[in-house]
Amino acid sequence: MRLREPRVRARLAALVLGALVLLALFGPAASPYSYRALDWRHLAVPPGFIAQHWLGTDALGRDLYVRTLSGLRLSLLIGVLATGVSVLIGVAWGAGAGWVGGRVDAGMMRVVDVLYALPYLFIVLILAALFGRGNIAVLLVAIGAVGWLTLARVVRAQTLSLKRQPFMEAARAGGLSDLQMLRRHVLPNLAGTVVVYATLMVPQMIVYESFLSFLGLGVEPPRASLGSLINAGARQMLSAPWLLLVPAVVLIVLLLAFNVLGDALRDVLDPHQR
Amino acid sequence: MLGYALRRIAGIVPVLLILLTVSFFVIRLAPGGPFAAARALSARTRAELRQRYGLDRPLAVQYAAYLRALAHGDLGRSYSLRDEPVAGLIGAGLPVSAELGAAALALGALSGIALGMAAVLRRGGVIDRALAPLAAVTLALPSFVIGPLLALIVGVWLRWLPVAGWQPDTPRDLVLPAITLALPLIASIARLTRASLLEVLNASYIRTARARGLGRARVLWRHALRPALVPVVSYLGPAATYLVTGSLVVESVFELPGTGRYLVMGAIDRDYTLVMGMVLVYGTLTLLANLGADLLHAWLDPRVRHEAP
Repeated sequence: MRLREPRVRARLAALVLGALVLLALFGPAASPYSYRALDWRHLAVPPGFIAQHWLGTDALGRDLYVRTLSGLRLSLLIGVLATGVSVLIGVAWGAGAGWVGGRVDAGMMRVVDVLYALPYLFIVLILAALFGRGNIAVLLVAIGAVGWLTLARVVRAQTLSLKRQPFMEAARAGGLSDLQMLRRHVLPNLAGTVVVYATLMVPQMIVYESFLSFLGLGVEPPRASLGSLINAGARQMLSAPWLLLVPAVVLIVLLLAFNVLGDALRDVLDPHQR
Repeated sequence: MLGYALRRIAGIVPVLLILLTVSFFVIRLAPGGPFAAARALSARTRAELRQRYGLDRPLAVQYAAYLRALAHGDLGRSYSLRDEPVAGLIGAGLPVSAELGAAALALGALSGIALGMAAVLRRGGVIDRALAPLAAVTLALPSFVIGPLLALIVGVWLRWLPVAGWQPDTPRDLVLPAITLALPLIASIARLTRASLLEVLNASYIRTARARGLGRARVLWRHALRPALVPVVSYLGPAATYLVTGSLVVESVFELPGTGRYLVMGAIDRDYTLVMGMVLVYGTLTLLANLGADLLHAWLDPRVRHEAP
């Protein structure tokens, strides 16, 4: 295995991610238990102790395997959707500013600068605590709405440099309207960068969501998210360390896979970025 | 330099005012209100409480009253924590948060720079090769995962350090939280130091120093380190922002009695004055930290201060 080769790393990370996605989708169905079923005869049993509770149970007898995987499913879902929100805003804002240029550009980027100076997590925290306890849609918008700043900057810079390319002048001379040029020439040329940033944004979004759930501001029990499972596990690490270890390991693998994939994609698609 | 500093300091006030204004109205627009959760209260008591805290007045009047009180240094009283003055709560919690932040910053800067130097000193050695992947892993993992895992391994299994809790005057309780908070800093600073040292070492004056017969370590220490630290200094701005928000996370992981818990608690309880107090504290801290880093940068690099703000 040549791990130095970005293509090899990308493939490996994609494989791990694919496995995690499949597990998240179909894994819970393989167990006879549901994420909320209480098994009073088997409270807080360690992994491998009872045949059907593969990864053990929590203090209420709920199956940890099923809860972790349904938490994984939720984390993936929120991570991808929130990234979608961020990418939409970021690309529209950045491409708009870069394309129009001048005062509009300066004003729009000034907004980004000001928002940049504010601590993200802080804003997400307040929004989630105020509006979104247990409300996944609000959670999503809150997380997604603050993640677009970096992307807006990168997209703007790329749009500016694209605008100066000779082929853009040719397209203009060929009689294309602004909208056609944006759609046919600017957006496709941005795609590589956007894909790289989106891949790196998903783990960030997952971290935000998990953190909110960790604080009890995300999903409400009995639903589980990786963050709320880690929080519950951390409180019982003396008596039942597996309740912390299982969700923590899954989250770590998930985050690393996304980050490795994003970095490798950057090396492949966007070599001048580093 | 002075003009630049004054311009930047003046720039903070409007940003802070905007932040406070937006927060003031957003928290009041959110569904629910103070005392709504306390079901045991009769309608009459609730009305009296609302009147006592001035919540029955129009929003604009409340806003003006809040700003007027703020101008006199009065942050109001908490609704949910036994009528405590918010300024007092901040005064009690802030030293703990500040101690944590300072410890993490010192740990992050010192060990980060040391690791970066060690990597450059032995190019291709163990530290040099392990640095990039280790830093990537550290930066990918959030504190609320690293914290409990560290506590489990070091505190529960090895029994070296206390897991959670806080007694004043026992620095041992600070070790795990400070390490947890510092880890991403160590990773970023080590990476930055390494990259920037390598760049500086290519300069011709370094070659001259080497040609004069100075040893590698001595050149690194006496000639290369200072210019190489400029990017590290400019990273201190983002690092400070990270510390401010990161301390929120670490405080809740290790259950430290800092100011972090009031933010979440206050927002859930709709304790408007408490949330506003926290917004003020964390907003000011973030802005000041960024300002400090920018000033330091401007002092090191004169080109910065002559640019239009």
